[in-house]
Amino acid sequence: MTREVMSGNYAQSYAAKLARVQVISAYPITPQTSIVERLAEFVASGELPAQFVKVESEHSAMQVVVSASALGARTYTATSSQGLLLMHELLHWAAGMRSPVVMGVVNRAVAPPWNIGADHTDTMAQRDTGWLQFSPESNQEVLDTVLMAYRLAEDPRVRLPVMVNEDAFFLSHTVEPVDVPSQEVVDRYLPPRDARAILRPGVASRLGSFTGPEHYVEFRHELARATENVPKVLPEVEEEYERLTGRRYGGALPLYRTEDADAVLVTMGTASTTARSVVDTLRAQGQKVGLARLRMFRPFPEEEVRQLAAHVDRIGVVDRSYVFGPVGPAASELRSAIYSTPHRPEVRGFYAGLGGRDVTPGHVRHMFEELLRTTGPAALWEDLAAMGVVSDG
Amino acid sequence: MARLTIPAQELMYRGHAACPGCGPALAMRLLLKGFGPRTIVSIPACCWTVIATPYPTTALAVPLLDTPIESTGASISGLRAAADALGLDDLTIVGVAGDGGTADIGLQSLSGMLERRTNAIYVMYDNEGYMNTGVQRSGATPKGAWTTTTPVQGRSRGKPESKKAIMEIVLAHRPAYAATLNPAFPEDFVRKAEKARDHAGARFLHVYAPCPPGWKFDSAETVALGRLATDSGVFPLYEVEEGAYRITRKLGELKSVEPYLRAQGRFRHFTPAEVEEFAQDVRSGWERLLRLEAETAPLPPPAKTAASTA
Repeated sequence: MTREVMSGNYAQSYAAKLARVQVISAYPITPQTSIVERLAEFVASGELPAQFVKVESEHSAMQVVVSASALGARTYTATSSQGLLLMHELLHWAAGMRSPVVMGVVNRAVAPPWNIGADHTDTMAQRDTGWLQFSPESNQEVLDTVLMAYRLAEDPRVRLPVMVNEDAFFLSHTVEPVDVPSQEVVDRYLPPRDARAILRPGVASRLGSFTGPEHYVEFRHELARATENVPKVLPEVEEEYERLTGRRYGGALPLYRTEDADAVLVTMGTASTTARSVVDTLRAQGQKVGLARLRMFRPFPEEEVRQLAAHVDRIGVVDRSYVFGPVGPAASELRSAIYSTPHRPEVRGFYAGLGGRDVTPGHVRHMFEELLRTTGPAALWEDLAAMGVVSDG
Repeated sequence: MARLTIPAQELMYRGHAACPGCGPALAMRLLLKGFGPRTIVSIPACCWTVIATPYPTTALAVPLLDTPIESTGASISGLRAAADALGLDDLTIVGVAGDGGTADIGLQSLSGMLERRTNAIYVMYDNEGYMNTGVQRSGATPKGAWTTTTPVQGRSRGKPESKKAIMEIVLAHRPAYAATLNPAFPEDFVRKAEKARDHAGARFLHVYAPCPPGWKFDSAETVALGRLATDSGVFPLYEVEEGAYRITRKLGELKSVEPYLRAQGRFRHFTPAEVEEFAQDVRSGWERLLRLEAETAPLPPPAKTAASTA
C-alpha cells in the first residue's frame, strides 16, 4: 500500500490500472479528461499492458467496450454529461448483453445552457438502462469502488455493467490523500475475468440476436433477477474488500446518527460530507437529526430505505438534479419504496446544487429546518429558496 | 479441367431466413468461404439481423455479435482490441453491414475505424436502400429509383439525388485494401475476400447485393442481374491497394444499361431521356475509373537490358 495525493479522476485511473483492464476506450469530455489522459500515460509507458482505442465518439467508446467484453476482455471507459447521453442507446446494449463493463462517470450538468459543474441529471437519465450506479463521496471511495465494481460486475450472479460516479470538480479535480492498495492485494481481490467468453472463436454462437415475445420476456426477467441479486452479492464484495484493505462503506445506504432521529436527510455524493458535519453541529445543539447516504442509486436500496422509514417521521431527499415530475428522482424512488410500509413518514424533496452550485452547511441547516418545522411543498428549490436567507457556515 | 478456386467449406447454414434470390445471403456465403472458420462477424441492424434467424438459432457456423445500426466500425474495433489483448492472434474480425448502416448512419464509426487503421475488415453489402424496414431510400439508392419514400407520383420521379460514392469516401482514408465485389462473379468475389483476409490493417469491401422485393425483379434473376450490373458499368469491379486502382473485370465495350434498368420495377417509370441520363452517369463513372487506374498504375519495372537477359 502507498499513500498518494490524487484527484478523484486519477483515483479512477489508478483503480482501472490496478484492475488490470485489458481494453479501454474513451472520447474526451470535460471534466472526465484527466481520467483517460492518465490511462493513456499508463498504456504508453507500458505500466498497463492494455489496448486503448481512442474513438471518434462516446457512442463508439461504449460499443468498443461492449464488443471487447463480448470476447472476454475486462474493459473500462469514462465519460460525463453529453457524452453519457450520447451513449444512452449502447447502455441498454451493455446491460442487455450482460457485459461487465465498468465506467467512470463524472457527473456534470446537461446543456443548454452549457455548464460543466456537478449535477446528477446525466446519470439519472440512465436509471432505466440496467446499469448499477455507485455515487462515492471521496477520492478514496472512488478508487475502492471501482475495484469493487469489477467484482460485482463480473460476479456470475450479477454480470451487469457498473457506473462509478463522481461529482464534477468537487471530486474529479480536488486532490485528497488516497491509500492505494498494492497490485498483489488487488490481484487477490480481483482474479482475471472468467475465461468462458460468450463469443468463442470457431464455435457457432450469437450474442444479441433477435426474438419475438416468446423469449423477449425471459431475457428481461433474467435481467431483473440479476439486478435483484445485487443486494445479496454487495455485502460479500464489501466484506472481502475490507478483509484485504480494512476499508468498508456500509452498503448501499450508509446511515449516520439516524437511530433516534426526528428527521433524516438523504444525500448523494459530496453533499453528504457537508451534511454529515451539519448533523454533528445540530446534534450538539440538541436536535435529533441524521443522515442517510444514497451510495447506490441502482439498484435502489429499497429494503434499507424501508428499515430507515420504520423509525423516522420526516425524511428529506436532496436531489442534485431536476427531472420533470412532482419530486426529484431520488425522492421519487424513496417515496415509492416506502409506499407499502405500515409507518409512512413524511417525505420532502429538495433540489440543491444544480449546475455546480455550492451546497453549503447553511443550505443543509435550512433544509433540516424546513423538514422539522412545517409541512411544506413536496419539493423545494433549495438553491433559490435559500438565496439571501442562508449564509455559509 | 478447370481448377476450382472457391473453397468447398460452407460456413453459412441452410435454413437461413433470407428471401428467395437474396443478394446479401449469397454475399455472406461467399464472404465466409473467403474469410474462413476463424472469423468473428459483427452485424448491426440490417437484413442480416433477420437472415441469421432468431434466438436460439443461428445461420452462421462462426460467432456472430449483434449491435445497433450505426456502430459496426466501433464494434470491430472493440473485437480487434480484445483479440489483441487476449492473444487471439489468428482471428479474422469482420463487420458486415448494410448500405444505410454504413454510408448513412454508420459513416462516423466507419470513418473512425478506418482512420485508426483498425486491423479488421468492414463489408458493406449494398442493396441500395433500407430494405429490412420495407424499402426506404438510403444515401446509396441510385438516382431516379423508386422507393417507398421516393415515390413515383405527381412531380416526384423517384430519388432525386445521386448514389453516395462510398468507395471514394473510404479511399480518402487510405485503407490497406479496398475492393468492389459482386456475387455474380464468385471467383473474383472469393479471391478478393481472401485477399482482404490476408492483408493487415483496415480493409473495406463494397458488395453488390440485389434485393428482389425491393428492386422489384424476378428472384430467379439475381445472378443474371449482377452480371448485367458489372458489364454495363453500373457496378464496376476493381480493387485498390496502396493507392493503386486495378479494374478486375474489363470488357472492351460497356454493355447498354437499358436491359439492367428494364429488368427492375424500381426503374420502370424511366423515360428514354431518364435512361439516357442514367447511362451518361454510368459512362462518366467508368471513364473516371479508367483514368484512375491509368494514373495510379505502379511504375513498370525497369526495361531489361540485353546484358541482363543474356
